[in-house]
Amino acid sequence: MAIITYRQALKDALAEEIERDENVFIMGEEVAQYNGAYKVTEGLWKRFGDKRLVDAPISEAGFIGLGIGASFLGLRPVIEMMFFSFVFVAWDQAVNNASTIRYMSGGKVNCPIVIRGPANGGTNVGATHSHTPENMVANFPGLKVVCPATPADAKGLMKSAIRDNDPVFFMESTLLYGNEGEVPDDEDFLIPLGKADVKREGSDITIITHGGCVLASLKAADALKKAHNIDCEVVDLRSIRPLDKAAILKSVKKTNRVLLVEENKPFCGVGAQLSHMIQREAFDYLDAPIHRISAVDAPAIYSPPLEKIQIPDAALVAREVRNILQIKA
Amino acid sequence: MKKEEPETHDFNVGRSRTLAKEDLFAYAEDPVNKSMTKEEKIKCFTDLVRIRKFEQAALQSYQKGKMGGFLHLYIGQEATVVGTVSVMGKDDHIITAYRDHGHALAVGMNMNECMAELYGKFTGCSKGKGGSMHYFAPDKNYWGGHGIVAGQTPLGLGLAYALKYKGLKGCAICYLGDGAINQGVFHESLNLASLWDIPVIYIIENNGYSMGTSQNRSSAFPEEGLAARANSYKIEFDTVHGENLYEVRAKTNVAIQRAYEESRPTVLEIFTYRYYGHSIADANHQRYRTKEEIRHYQENKDPINVWEQILIEEGHLDEAQVKEIDKAAKEEAKASVKFADESPFPPPQEILSDVYHSVDNPGTHTNEGEIFFNDQLPF
Repeated sequence: MAIITYRQALKDALAEEIERDENVFIMGEEVAQYNGAYKVTEGLWKRFGDKRLVDAPISEAGFIGLGIGASFLGLRPVIEMMFFSFVFVAWDQAVNNASTIRYMSGGKVNCPIVIRGPANGGTNVGATHSHTPENMVANFPGLKVVCPATPADAKGLMKSAIRDNDPVFFMESTLLYGNEGEVPDDEDFLIPLGKADVKREGSDITIITHGGCVLASLKAADALKKAHNIDCEVVDLRSIRPLDKAAILKSVKKTNRVLLVEENKPFCGVGAQLSHMIQREAFDYLDAPIHRISAVDAPAIYSPPLEKIQIPDAALVAREVRNILQIKA
Repeated sequence: MKKEEPETHDFNVGRSRTLAKEDLFAYAEDPVNKSMTKEEKIKCFTDLVRIRKFEQAALQSYQKGKMGGFLHLYIGQEATVVGTVSVMGKDDHIITAYRDHGHALAVGMNMNECMAELYGKFTGCSKGKGGSMHYFAPDKNYWGGHGIVAGQTPLGLGLAYALKYKGLKGCAICYLGDGAINQGVFHESLNLASLWDIPVIYIIENNGYSMGTSQNRSSAFPEEGLAARANSYKIEFDTVHGENLYEVRAKTNVAIQRAYEESRPTVLEIFTYRYYGHSIADANHQRYRTKEEIRHYQENKDPINVWEQILIEEGHLDEAQVKEIDKAAKEEAKASVKFADESPFPPPQEILSDVYHSVDNPGTHTNEGEIFFNDQLPF
């Protein structure tokens, strides 16, 4: 176990998989000579050279499509989106082509590609650069989506994603890159896609969340314990599709109360699916209506103090838990 | 009244001329053609005829309501794919758009699996999951069959990229229509192909119309031709008369050798013509072009007739053999209709297979959890 940053954990996963499999290469804007816009690939070009680290021009549709085509012949491209928001200019390639090729070929063609990059708001870069499209991507059968919150999860999921034979969208967060945490050194440290992690055990209420909101939820849980002796259970989905339904239902049946927290916008967000699933499968276990927290339902605002308000934070999570439990601040 | 060339196809002077005898043999002495055996020549003729008979049979079945969706016929364009595929090497791959039946038969897919796919049957090449626009045969280096205009252009680039990455001496031929050249992703692909010396060959099958919009109405500088846009990316380009298999082969071979020797891309614009509408649903196709124009191509530029004429002149083929090949292809097509008719539809459970490799191959992935989300299934 070493204590390293989320960024370093990703870099280690990429380096280990490049060394392990000659078919793995990284392509994207500024990934090689510039060392990565967010330094996730720093040092890898120097170490592995031009073949494995490829600087692409600003042509997302072109190089995502290239990656998909190359994956048909057995290569395992890891394509970096400088911001995940940029995937929209390549939507036909990333979503239409990657999600349907195996199906339409009757299982003859596979697409083992990873599309990765930061997908978060909260950095005052305005609405075009702040999207969290995990819900949209998860709406396409054929695609997989993961959103790790900790360094260990980032590493273990990245390694699994690269070895996966289906297209995986790997959504990171610029706000998490500098966070430190314990990460196993084992080169075969894999976290399965579709396996949630209970980040904090509790008995009073279940908070189900993913990505950056995991940290806000944990912070809220600590504050609630201190102030009100409330024990929140925090379930980190880690993976959106596949989804760990069993872990979700297990926790709901244990605490009987649910708060869903995500940075996504509310309409057809991940929480909408979870809420439906929980009411259908655990209706009799619920002692209160399911509550949801999402980003305030408008494009991401630039103004720094307002963007802080727009995206769920620990205070909002704590407030909503108190609402569900009917506890006064 | 003096019969004039129809106005709608004046976009390229070269394509509307009538063929003279010397045109037929202009590329006969090209090394790739000179080395052709009689058997190879007859195989090309047979393939041209088979593609046409297959599609004529498919059209009849479509009109009888045997299949759904679209049916984009290739009839009139056959020499483009038969010529290009006939010069491919073992590590060369192809990928195309939605007018893909000819490509499938040219690479050696059989009529049964192709017809059954149109019928949505389980015996179809994609188990009935892809349909007319989505044929695949990776074992024959054929990567589809793609429905979105120009969507396949970066995929073809990726195939070629992978060949180079693996150190193989091969290329990817990516076909597109004349309508696709105005999509942004095609230009991104051209830039990447040139920038990174990727051995990809883009073949614009220019049949003059992007659906109902003629080249004059869709592409700037039509008089320069579409392939000329490659010039902006310093990519070699050429134009080809698509009715003449010799010319198609000779110019494709130049591009393939360039890919092998220099790892450089090529853009070829092949002038061709479709006799039917954009798809069978395109009932208006005699409104955006004239009957005379269609007849002009059928009478003067039919790729099967042109190749037949060449082979008869060369003494490789006679009328009796032509009839025999024609009859055999017709029977093969008829048998494929019977095969498709009698084949079963996929069982309902098939809706949920071939979505994820991990689901279909349990134990091979580090995956857990739920991946499909219906509360209940209708079957």
